[in-house]
Amino acid sequence: MSTPATTIFSPALAARFDKLVTLYPVRRSALVPMLLYSQDEVGYISDAVVEEIAVRIGITPLDVRNVLSYYSMLRTKPVGKYNVQVCTNISCMLKDGYGILDHCKQRLGIGHKEVTPDGLFSLEEVECIGACCWAPAVQINYDFYDDLTPEKMDKVLEDYRAGRGKETL
Amino acid sequence: MPRLVSHPDEVKIISRRFGQGAAEIDRYIELDGYKAAQAAIEKGPEWIIAEMKASGLRGRGGAGFPTGMKWSFVPKQSEKPKYVLVNGDESEPGTCKDHLIFLHDPHAVIEGTLIAGLAIGAKMGFIYLRGEYRYLLKIMEKAVADAYAKGFLGKNIFGSGIDFEVVTQTGAGAYEVGEESALMESLEGKRGVPRIKPPFPAVVGLYGGPTVINNAETIATAPHILLMGGEAYAKVGTERNGGTRLFGISGHVERPGVYELPMGFNLKRAIYEVAGGIPGGKKLKAVVPGGSSTPVLLPEEIDVGLDFDQMAKAGTMLGSGGVVVIDESVCMVEFALRTIKFYQHESCGWCIPCREGTDWLKKSITRLHAGGAVDKDIDNIRYLAENMMGRTFCPLGDAAAMPTIGFVKKFRHEFEEHLNGKGCPYEHQREAVLV
Repeated sequence: MSTPATTIFSPALAARFDKLVTLYPVRRSALVPMLLYSQDEVGYISDAVVEEIAVRIGITPLDVRNVLSYYSMLRTKPVGKYNVQVCTNISCMLKDGYGILDHCKQRLGIGHKEVTPDGLFSLEEVECIGACCWAPAVQINYDFYDDLTPEKMDKVLEDYRAGRGKETL
Repeated sequence: MPRLVSHPDEVKIISRRFGQGAAEIDRYIELDGYKAAQAAIEKGPEWIIAEMKASGLRGRGGAGFPTGMKWSFVPKQSEKPKYVLVNGDESEPGTCKDHLIFLHDPHAVIEGTLIAGLAIGAKMGFIYLRGEYRYLLKIMEKAVADAYAKGFLGKNIFGSGIDFEVVTQTGAGAYEVGEESALMESLEGKRGVPRIKPPFPAVVGLYGGPTVINNAETIATAPHILLMGGEAYAKVGTERNGGTRLFGISGHVERPGVYELPMGFNLKRAIYEVAGGIPGGKKLKAVVPGGSSTPVLLPEEIDVGLDFDQMAKAGTMLGSGGVVVIDESVCMVEFALRTIKFYQHESCGWCIPCREGTDWLKKSITRLHAGGAVDKDIDNIRYLAENMMGRTFCPLGDAAAMPTIGFVKKFRHEFEEHLNGKGCPYEHQREAVLV
């Protein structure tokens, strides 16, 4: 349970983590947010991320892995710079969410959980993202796109390709 | 940005600040913000709980437990610190109401958390949002920081001598964490598996301390109740179902959206008048009335009031208020399959009836949809689902079984149409594949 001598994170993120572990009655409460924020910076949960988080919280790397394997947003492999997550759950399905998924597959030339050769996009079919009344909906990284049609989807993908996409982070 | 909708039949209490810029603290204060918290400090816990009880407010997460009663169960004396926990893990398919609360009225969530804390004597509250809601977490984080800066949170709030801390927390993708005890596990930095009950959270909850856990909408409603008075709030709704709630109407309607309607509002009117009816002149086939876990209703069953008791009488549940409207073009076997696929994906694996049950239901319905089933498989699906009911630590097992039983019971003829190699007669969404 300590601040490690060296860190793999940026100074800003390391400072954020130093503070985060003090916010709760127990340090371990910071684990899930730390894993997600590490992933945002590193791209995925690497072995080095697991090791450092274990030290920061004061638990074993195995404890960290045990938690990380539970949460569907946490991944141990890199994805594309823009991770396109298409919801196909009931409300989106009724509004042609599968059509949007197929359209993305065709446009990007990749399938579920695959990455384009240039590393720019990855594609994922996801469960309900909480945008049911604005279906069909897609999330690109953390940004929502609602009321989509194949044409609107093309425009969104084109914007990201050209570096004009929204980026919440 | 999610589209806001409006209809003259709405009664706007919790949504009255939507679209008014109330995420900014000064604007929130202009719109009567933090007045309820100050009244709560002045008048004390007994008054808060009496008003909450009088309001008839019942939990908006889905279970519908009376909020005032829940708060009153927390022991006054406790060796361990007490906590308030706000459940913003909104993940039930068909539900997107908390999304709008976090976006448009984050301070109502903070003020509600503070009021709950005052009511039970807690010094700390947590607001937990699902991991996908990062942009909303940022809005909440800013709102919390602004409230600290004004002295509404932290030490000596409003100069009262009372301390109250609020911490926001992100999840990382897990429907199951919406279950109260699993959420506590997640907040303690563990896998989100449920705890056995009793003891209930009011006695042993977060970090082993007495805890009130409420849905974000429930919490955000508390300030409005204190402002307008519990009795006045209760009068808006029906007996034992006080006030209004946010109904998210999605699927095959002309004007999908989140509408605030009085409890007991007629479901048929909600679909045909408020949400504008079914597009393209198509006929209604089915309605899932309260999120994907609630048993389906047939068109002839929707002339019913949207409150907890009337929906229970109609053999279903009010649930999370997510009304999913399905027109005649949809294959109900495929709809059942998409529903069970979700629960199979989200089952945490802790209890065998849920872990195995959801998996076998998914396999059986997939095979049936593709034509690879015989008549007795339909009974097997129902039998399997019925045997999951009530046999798990948490309600996820029931949430998967209940809709499945409903689909088989009410759309058996559609299941039969698929049997003996015939496969799906509808224009389906997915290639039917045998597993």
